[in-house]
Amino acid sequence: MAGRWRDLGLAALGLLLLLLVPVFGAPPAIRDFIMFGMAYGLLAMSLNLLIGYTGLVSFGHAMFFAAGAYAFGLAMQSGKFSIPGAFVLAIGFTALMALIVGAICVRLNEIYFAFLTLAFQMLFYNIILGWVSFTGGDQGLMGGIPRPKFLGIDLADRTQLYIFCSVAFVVCIAILRQVVTSPFGYTLRMIRDNQERAAFLGINVIMVKLACFVISACIAGVGGILLTLFVSGAYPNFGFWTTSGEAIFMILLGGSNVFLGPLVGTVILRLLNDITVTYTSHTELVLGIVILVLVLGLRKGPLDLLAERWENRRQAKAQAVRDAADKDAQAGRDA
Amino acid sequence: MDLDALLRCVGTTSCVVTQLTSGMIIGMLLFLIASGVTLIFGVLNVINFAHGSLYMIGAYAAWTFYQLTGSYFVSALGAAVAVGMLGILFERVLMSKVYGSNVLMQLLVCYAVVLISDDLIKIIWGPVPLSMGMPPEFRLPPIRFMGGVIPPFYLFMILAAMAIGLLLWLVIVRTRFGSIVRAAAINGPMVSALGIRVNLYYAAVFGIGSALAGAAGALAAPVRSLTPGMGFSILIESFIVTVIGGMGSIVGAFVASIIIGLTRSFGSIGFPLFVDGVMFLIMALVLIFKPSGLFGREHR
Repeated sequence: MAGRWRDLGLAALGLLLLLLVPVFGAPPAIRDFIMFGMAYGLLAMSLNLLIGYTGLVSFGHAMFFAAGAYAFGLAMQSGKFSIPGAFVLAIGFTALMALIVGAICVRLNEIYFAFLTLAFQMLFYNIILGWVSFTGGDQGLMGGIPRPKFLGIDLADRTQLYIFCSVAFVVCIAILRQVVTSPFGYTLRMIRDNQERAAFLGINVIMVKLACFVISACIAGVGGILLTLFVSGAYPNFGFWTTSGEAIFMILLGGSNVFLGPLVGTVILRLLNDITVTYTSHTELVLGIVILVLVLGLRKGPLDLLAERWENRRQAKAQAVRDAADKDAQAGRDA
Repeated sequence: MDLDALLRCVGTTSCVVTQLTSGMIIGMLLFLIASGVTLIFGVLNVINFAHGSLYMIGAYAAWTFYQLTGSYFVSALGAAVAVGMLGILFERVLMSKVYGSNVLMQLLVCYAVVLISDDLIKIIWGPVPLSMGMPPEFRLPPIRFMGGVIPPFYLFMILAAMAIGLLLWLVIVRTRFGSIVRAAAINGPMVSALGIRVNLYYAAVFGIGSALAGAAGALAAPVRSLTPGMGFSILIESFIVTVIGGMGSIVGAFVASIIIGLTRSFGSIGFPLFVDGVMFLIMALVLIFKPSGLFGREHR
């Protein structure tokens, strides 16, 4: 229980820090950076629930990101929904889609899973591109997303939008944390480590994986909604395979074994992107080389490596303390 | 949705012949790529997510060789060999380093290679789509067959792809090389223990798979426009083909390619918006009723 209160406290602290940014009058560029970071951060964090905790390497996670974005944008543009209504509708749609895709994919082995999620993502992407009358095709949802006031909140105002997104973001992270530390979360890790054993213990592996897939998709959907609110539009590249690839790369950069690792990875990748863009137009080339160096050189994410070192050192220290205590005890007996 | 048009088409032989040929060329291109994917997976147990890039490089290489030599046959052969060599390099330098590790690492290496090759293509050949044009060897009057019109190059493409497929099958089934490869697919360490340098065979298989993708690129170059990123959509379709046909089965890849090719060509008349959907539906049905694919073995 103590852990749960600590997590909630940390979440509140994080929210407070995020909310302090506009108070101190940070330049709009920084606020924009944070808002993008929150949207993509949710994508990476939710994907890590699949990759890091359950061992389901999905290469199509951006489809749920795009599903949330498009469902929300279309619902708002229809003019029939309030923002909370459209929010719930978009998440419901994302969950339904995840249920269908997941039902087909989670029963398959690792490699099949990776490329079937990729294939479904491309199907979804092609539908967005092809259904021009509904989705605007490659132009995306144009004409802006209307943001009518609700409960006295006016999301057309940049500051209020920022606060709304921060709250939604922190709530999602808290939900993820809750999932990860719950018995369900430990079941996920057990499935990752040894699927057969989990099954022998009477766990319905497929149902647990499917539930995890849907939860993760919904959180990614929220990320998409935030991005839609933020850029006031939805574009096909939200659901393109490179977005999924980037999300995986964020996890690698940040480390999949540290809870907030993917978030750190998001920040690093966005910074890396911004820096390379100012020097060269060949960002993909640079990114590709960075990935190769990390994967073939370090064999894991830099943060994972740090966390591992830290853990080793802690254990070494504990060992040293135990040794010293043993020696003292020995000396005491000798005397 | 225009099922009437589809019915009208099926009613006339000329339309059927035209659609059959266009379905077959889509199918045969897919077959060359998918057989490479399936061969590499069957032997090395890795999915080459960068296979589409090899196809793209094959097409661009064929374009350049064609500009240099002016002979389509030389450039097609050159492209296949060059991409095969590149595949061996890719396998030795990058992929072989992540064989034992999890899918995530393999995925990331391929993702990196796709990013790098797309950007390099833009640097070397420019971002504007290129077109090779029909080589003079094939500027012949179209063949008329049962009221339908078949461009000679289409016929050449189909026959060439079939010949390559047959050759591949013979090599795998009939030669000593093929037996060793099949043995390595089942138990690599055992083959290695028998004194065979199994790494060389892995590299060779990767090279052959890549050369097939390069050949597909070269065959596609005269009839497709060359753009950076052209490999990705065909990669997805070749995955669908390998899933339907069964991972590791070349015969399965052949049958499934024809199914997908015909779905594409006839579907584009009857239900143009739902062609992708129907392809996925076929794949989903196969996965539900026969997860190992039509011709696949059970998973190891």
